[in-house]
Amino acid sequence: MTRLLEVENLSKSYAGVQAVKGVSFGLDRGEILALIGPNGAGKSTCFNMLNGQIRPDSGAIRIDGDPTLGLPPRAVWRKGVGRTFQITATFGSMTVRENVQVALLSHTKALRRFWGYGGAADIAEADRLLALVGMEIHADRAAAELAYGDLKRLELAIALANEPKLLLMDEPTAGMAPKERIELMRLTAEIARREGIGVLFTEHDMDVVFEHADRMMVLSRGVLIAEGPPTEVRRDPQVQAIYLGEGLVYDSRHQDAPASGSTAQEAH
Amino acid sequence: MPIFLGPQSIVTPMQLVFVQFMTGLASAASLFLVASGLSIIFGVTRIVNFAHGAFYMLGAYVAYTLTEQLSGAIGFWFALLAAAVIVAALGCLLEMVLLRRIYHAPELFQLLATFGVTLMVEDLVLLIWGPEDLVGPRAPGMSGAVVMFGKYIPTYDLFLIALGPIVLVALWLLFHRTRWGVLVRAATHDRGMVAALGINQKWLFTGVFALGVFLAAIGGALQIPRDAVNHSMDLSIIVEAFVVVVIGGLGSTTGAFLAAILVSELNAFGILVFPKISLVLVFLVMAVVLVVRPWGFFGKPQPPQATAVGNTVRPWRPLNRTELTIAGGVVLVIALLPFVLGNYALTIGSEILIFTLFAASLHLLMTVGGLASFGHAAYFGLGAYGAAFAATAFGMPMVVAILAGPVLAAFGAAIVGWFAVSLSGVYFAMLTLAFAQIVWSIAFQWVDVTGGDNGILGIWPDAFASSPSGFFWMTLAFAVPALALLQMVIFSPFGFALRATRDSELRSESIGIDRKRTQWVAFVVAGAVAGLGGALFAFLKGSVFPDFMSISVSIDGLVMVLLGGIETVLGPIVGAIVFKALSIWLISQTDYSKLVLGLAIIAMVVAFPKGIVGTLADWRAKFDARRARKLAGGVATAAVAATVLGGVVGTATGTLTDAAATDTSHRNVAHRNASHQEIDR
Repeated sequence: MTRLLEVENLSKSYAGVQAVKGVSFGLDRGEILALIGPNGAGKSTCFNMLNGQIRPDSGAIRIDGDPTLGLPPRAVWRKGVGRTFQITATFGSMTVRENVQVALLSHTKALRRFWGYGGAADIAEADRLLALVGMEIHADRAAAELAYGDLKRLELAIALANEPKLLLMDEPTAGMAPKERIELMRLTAEIARREGIGVLFTEHDMDVVFEHADRMMVLSRGVLIAEGPPTEVRRDPQVQAIYLGEGLVYDSRHQDAPASGSTAQEAH
Repeated sequence: MPIFLGPQSIVTPMQLVFVQFMTGLASAASLFLVASGLSIIFGVTRIVNFAHGAFYMLGAYVAYTLTEQLSGAIGFWFALLAAAVIVAALGCLLEMVLLRRIYHAPELFQLLATFGVTLMVEDLVLLIWGPEDLVGPRAPGMSGAVVMFGKYIPTYDLFLIALGPIVLVALWLLFHRTRWGVLVRAATHDRGMVAALGINQKWLFTGVFALGVFLAAIGGALQIPRDAVNHSMDLSIIVEAFVVVVIGGLGSTTGAFLAAILVSELNAFGILVFPKISLVLVFLVMAVVLVVRPWGFFGKPQPPQATAVGNTVRPWRPLNRTELTIAGGVVLVIALLPFVLGNYALTIGSEILIFTLFAASLHLLMTVGGLASFGHAAYFGLGAYGAAFAATAFGMPMVVAILAGPVLAAFGAAIVGWFAVSLSGVYFAMLTLAFAQIVWSIAFQWVDVTGGDNGILGIWPDAFASSPSGFFWMTLAFAVPALALLQMVIFSPFGFALRATRDSELRSESIGIDRKRTQWVAFVVAGAVAGLGGALFAFLKGSVFPDFMSISVSIDGLVMVLLGGIETVLGPIVGAIVFKALSIWLISQTDYSKLVLGLAIIAMVVAFPKGIVGTLADWRAKFDARRARKLAGGVATAAVAATVLGGVVGTATGTLTDAAATDTSHRNVAHRNASHQEIDR
């Protein structure tokens, strides 16, 4: 059986700068894979190539065996890919529930209808998704007035609306309080494992990565320099030098106080 | 008897081309001055200054007056400069008094406010200088001509031709070799950063605005030895300047320089080579440039606009049953008007109804779709011509002809929309404007089919609609279903998709929504409804003219939508009624209706940026919140608040504001706020 996501030799350069060089990896159903690396390593470029926002110079992407290279984001979405953004993108003038309803309507290809009240469609399913991410009490608020952490959770609910096989989450917990971060990723992991959704996420918070990722990859200057279970990758001297730093703060602290919630040292 | 014409008498084709070329270059100078000013102002302040043409015109008028007073060569040139300085000072005043208040408003409001200024200036010029064209003096020492290639070329034209590059170089030096210029360029890139560096942005903006206005005014002043000064020169130059800036790339002076030459040469040779489509030519070129290079020759892609969507947004909801009943009651009352009103009032009533269609269709594009079309009159006009052709050329009965209008309009909108939805923001506005001008030019120049300026006459309604009351009822019978249809579309799944593309293109594309297709469909629907309005208008007037699709009609539409309230659902209907009634009444009351209208528009933008319906909705929200605080827990009682805006009118407006404000969510917020406050205590 093919893997859920297969990426081969993905490359992209901007005006002579090689942002991503020959990146290859795979992702299984129900697996949670973290992509880390210093700023400018090419994480976001990778992400944007995966969902079709940026066209790679070369390489291949297959989702469930289907090649998706060159498809626009909306077509990639139809293949079962949900995505959240580093800087949240939601429909500010709509209520939280309507945000999810639009995604649900799009999933059932009902957005071409000129009749019926869109706000009355799929209410039960929208509320179920909102309850899943703990947003049900905000259902009737305008998305524009939400706090940042709530927007992240709303994005997750939207991303789940098309019953995705694959979730792409670009820094899902950036801008959230430490407790919220752990909570959101715990929730994501739970849903992913239960529904067999593969999750690829980028993250700067090593607590979150080590806590929830089944596997992690380290990107540096557009090249994958390490890949494997977090416990192994974290001992990789190259990774320590480039990204984690050498203090191994996390290790010592983590053993003392497992869910302390404080952030690991980040090297930028 | 042969007349001695000197070198002029024998004209070779090469000479003709040369003369046209030189004329074109000379015209380019003024156009470049105006356009570069517009471009510089936009680059830094992000304001699309519609009043730029008005400053150009003022420059010409003030220069005329000053040259009357001052004599001699020194007096003449001093007069031109002094005129530009005086007008630039007026520009400063405008920037400080008006624009500073609206820098953070959506760009449409800025455009509208500066349009209001244009209206006011037009009437002020009429008041001060009178309606006659004024012929200024020749430039001292430059009234002659120089023989080149056996042809006379006016010395003054040669002066203007030389002036263009000189100004370009001077501007380059200003922006690259002076501290002020470098700051201006820095602000063009990143205003926030410049402010963070401790530069006083306020005065930088004022300075840039003054410079831009100075360039426009000197451009106008320099025209007085060439052309008569008249009070329509503002609109003609502003449209051309927009074209130049868009072709050259917003914010680029070099782009403006090259585009000014291109446009002027197109004008000069268009008349010679393609006399039949001379008016279309410039807009055709602009449309092609925008389609091929959406940001013009030297422009850069614009960062996404900071949208109008703010924290105060109240999510929309459709009318509930009570409100529908009230709306039905309002329609019934309107339907009974013919028993009360006289013929004149009913004819105006029909016109107002027609313009509610026009405004509501623009609203679908502009508010729901986030696409501010500056050429929506094109579809209104296409609808009118469609109905006129069907009725006169094909002899169709009236009702069929009225339906033929929207078909032609939808067809036109389908073609234009196909190109236009690739763009957004100012560029979308300009491309739609360009297409509207193309359609207008076709109507104006294709005399064999459209009758040109004389229009098509004799489009009479059938017997049942020939009386003012009959026509009013028929208009109502078309307008109410069409408006209801638009409401249905707004709240349908498609309407949600359209709003989704407006709120976030990124998000909507990543949940499977095809932005371009969705917006294109909205463009066609909006075009068709506007076309229905146009078709009805053709029968109301008994004739159609190219003026039906003029820029001013498009602008009227924008004003109606904004007046009603840009963030509301029922705003355009209220806006159309108030605007149309007000302007008809003003024209009957005063000779200076533009002055009053312009002032009203400015006041509206500054004091009531949310429009009539939006402001009412705000009041009601405040009222509801207070009531909710007083009667803690009384959700049901809050419903009573809906009707308490005062009397019968209050009930009607209550319905209107209600569609803009969410019922449940909003009150929930109010309640939450109320309970929070209690907890705080």
